[in-house]
Amino acid sequence: MSHHRVEARNLHFSYPDGQAAIQDISFTILHGEAVGIIGANGAGKSTLLMLLMGILFPDSGEIIVGDTRLTPKTLPMIRERLGMVFQDPDDQLFMTTVRDDVAFGPRNYHLDEQEVASRVREALAQVGILHLRDRAPFKLSGGEKRAAAIATVLSMKPDILIMDEPTSSLDPKSRRMVMELLKSFEHTKIITSHDLDMVLETCQRFLVIKEGSVAADGPAGEILKNPQLLHSCGLEMPLSLQKCPICGDQTKNFKSG
Amino acid sequence: MHMADALISPAVGGTMLAVTAGLAAYSAKKITNEMDEKKIPLMGVMGAFVFASQMINFTIPATGSSGHLGGGLLLAILLGPYAGFLTMTSILLIQALFFADGGLLAYGCNVFNLGFCSCFVSYPFIYRWFTRQGLTSRKILWGATASGIVGLQLGAFSVVAETLASGKTELPFSTFVLLMQPIHLGIGLVEGLVTAAIVTYVWRARPEILEKAAIGGALGDRSIKKFLTGLAIGVVLIGGALSWFASTSPDGLEWSMERTAGTTEIEATDGIHQLFADLQSRTAFMPDYGFKAPAGASSEEAISEETASSWPAVDAGTSAAGLVGGSLTLVLAALIGYLVSLSKKKGSKAAA
Amino acid sequence: MKDSLRDIRLLDDLARRQNPINKLHPLVKLLTTIIYLAVVVSFGRYEISALLPLIFYPVVVFALAELAPGRILRRIAWVMPLVIGIGIFNPVFDHQTVTIMNSTISKGWLSFISLVIKCVLTVAAGILLVATTGMEKLGAAMRIIGVPKIMVLQLLLTYRYILLLGDELARMLRAYSLRAPGHRGIKLAAWGSFAGSLLLRSFDRAQRVYAAMCLRGFKGDYNTGDDAKVGVRDLQFLIGWVAFFLITRSYNLPFLLGSFLTGVIGQ
Repeated sequence: MSHHRVEARNLHFSYPDGQAAIQDISFTILHGEAVGIIGANGAGKSTLLMLLMGILFPDSGEIIVGDTRLTPKTLPMIRERLGMVFQDPDDQLFMTTVRDDVAFGPRNYHLDEQEVASRVREALAQVGILHLRDRAPFKLSGGEKRAAAIATVLSMKPDILIMDEPTSSLDPKSRRMVMELLKSFEHTKIITSHDLDMVLETCQRFLVIKEGSVAADGPAGEILKNPQLLHSCGLEMPLSLQKCPICGDQTKNFKSG
Repeated sequence: MHMADALISPAVGGTMLAVTAGLAAYSAKKITNEMDEKKIPLMGVMGAFVFASQMINFTIPATGSSGHLGGGLLLAILLGPYAGFLTMTSILLIQALFFADGGLLAYGCNVFNLGFCSCFVSYPFIYRWFTRQGLTSRKILWGATASGIVGLQLGAFSVVAETLASGKTELPFSTFVLLMQPIHLGIGLVEGLVTAAIVTYVWRARPEILEKAAIGGALGDRSIKKFLTGLAIGVVLIGGALSWFASTSPDGLEWSMERTAGTTEIEATDGIHQLFADLQSRTAFMPDYGFKAPAGASSEEAISEETASSWPAVDAGTSAAGLVGGSLTLVLAALIGYLVSLSKKKGSKAAA
Repeated sequence: MKDSLRDIRLLDDLARRQNPINKLHPLVKLLTTIIYLAVVVSFGRYEISALLPLIFYPVVVFALAELAPGRILRRIAWVMPLVIGIGIFNPVFDHQTVTIMNSTISKGWLSFISLVIKCVLTVAAGILLVATTGMEKLGAAMRIIGVPKIMVLQLLLTYRYILLLGDELARMLRAYSLRAPGHRGIKLAAWGSFAGSLLLRSFDRAQRVYAAMCLRGFKGDYNTGDDAKVGVRDLQFLIGWVAFFLITRSYNLPFLLGSFLTGVIGQ
């Protein structure tokens, strides 16, 4: 199953104003892996995702999805296999009904209307908002919007899911819902976030980014147990691993994975 | 200064719609050739921005009153004239549809007054002249202010011309002009100042946006001149044809609008238009066959196209008939509306 | 401004409901409306009675679409001042008089009343079109009559972003007004940077949205997947109304009715 593999080799990228955003990043993500990319604000997480999706092209280095190198020519093919959920669902939802939004991708690949309809139904059912299909996206709550945005990507049946801050600005219940959803996917997953508790629950492997480079890459347990590393990267231990400030108990013991 | 449908005649509305359709088609062709596709969402967002910014009133110093942005000039500066013009057409259409701010028939007039004047006249000839040797905030200020004033003066004058050509107002030309131009001098000044303020802000924060617009939408002197000449000829031809048509066949006037529209954009429905035209000419024959009003109407009350369209000219008896019939019509309309909605309600209750 | 946003959303909702009018093909509604408008404004400037039957169209469509008249009347009232502003000069400049039922009236007033009626009818028809069709379907209808793809796409995107930017703007205005108590509007000096920063944010958003569209295979075509054919009912609607408009245009119906009645009573 090498075709679900994502590989980055010596990526470098600078913005037009000269700011170097990505400096020599390399990693390989295997089929079925769930990888959390963590790092402080401005560490380069979003830029890295843009590079993976081919929205930006690296100054040097290469990205390989499956056995294909990402170039402007192979872009359509690669994008069909990668599904990206944006941080702000409003960027992703632009039609007047949820149904049309979810159908947008499949229609662009010129599937016939019947297939489109069944994919829409399937995707909406998967994220649990089938009943909202005729609503206007701007009328949804934050959690519902997020679910709809995820459905717009699922309807394209990607092999690899890429999510930028999937739980940002959600209330606890919606956050929980999105987390359960993420755990239920069997896709290869790449998730960026500052919500370390969420990443801890959904990903086995962590990639820590600091100032545009990989500061650490390894199993979740090892990285999260290293407070110095986390601190130097502008992060904190997940609350679920910290001592409870009220009862003083460390109730939850992390089983290293 | 959005014009309402009620203020224009079909001939004027039709001419302007045809002109606008031509301009828009030309602009669409221009940008599909020239620009990168990234501009499409940019135009959408810019359109929405102008729309939203029209809701931000600003206080005009020392007057206590407030005004808002028109936007045509801003769009031309930030997107280039062609994309700017197209964006303006969208904004005006949404305003017409959702807020009845400017009518659908008057849509062509409004696009011309608010979009054409700023994007294709004051931007390329005035703003670009001021900023021809690079940008400074002073040049932006002068260029935008001058373009704002000229653009709105032209727009206001077009409103006067279109309204008078439509024959819907009794205002003498000079009075109307004296009423409109000075007001729009002030509005144009404010438009220019506000546009300058935004453009300067964008220029300082993100100079590359302005540079891109200037390159992408550059109007070679030759191309704009050719374009304007072509446009002028078009207007004269269309307007001339319509007024000739109007003078030779007064009843055909109304349908001339449909025909122009039919040839320029509503191709698919030519058959239908032909049908209307036939119907119209057929019904126009009726008076010649000595069509008489039904039972009991005296011969002088015979209905003909002439009396129908110049009702006040006829005598008191016919006026009375008009009044009675008119009020009955209204009562009938209300009754039908009421009955339909009543049956609807019953239907939905039965269903529930 | 919040009112405007609410109005857009309301019209959007109205257009999404199921009723006989909403179900009609958008092209048919668009054409009927345009023809209606042309017929209304084609009447002579002193015409009043012959215009009146045209009110049947908005009234019937209104009732069939189960719309509440209040909002639409408000919209009409909102546009009125502009038309009145120009029309009010007619009585001032047009001193010809005419005698109706033993009372003398200035023709200027007749043309003024005619203008007002036309305004009511045209505005009502325009609003009905949107309230029963919705922007996306209107876009589809425009494509059918040959409006270039890029324009329709642009129109739909603009429409979509008005709501988004509107929300953003509302938040900014709230923040501004909290720090500038008692101001009406925004100071001209601050307007540039206020609007400018909204604009820059909009630019960024446009780029993200475009990226999101491309990632889902967007290549410049806006596929709505909605290509219903014009059916028999649609044609009936179109032909029926257009015939009515033409008859109204050709014969002064209220006048016929009135002469019939007065004639009958007279005998």
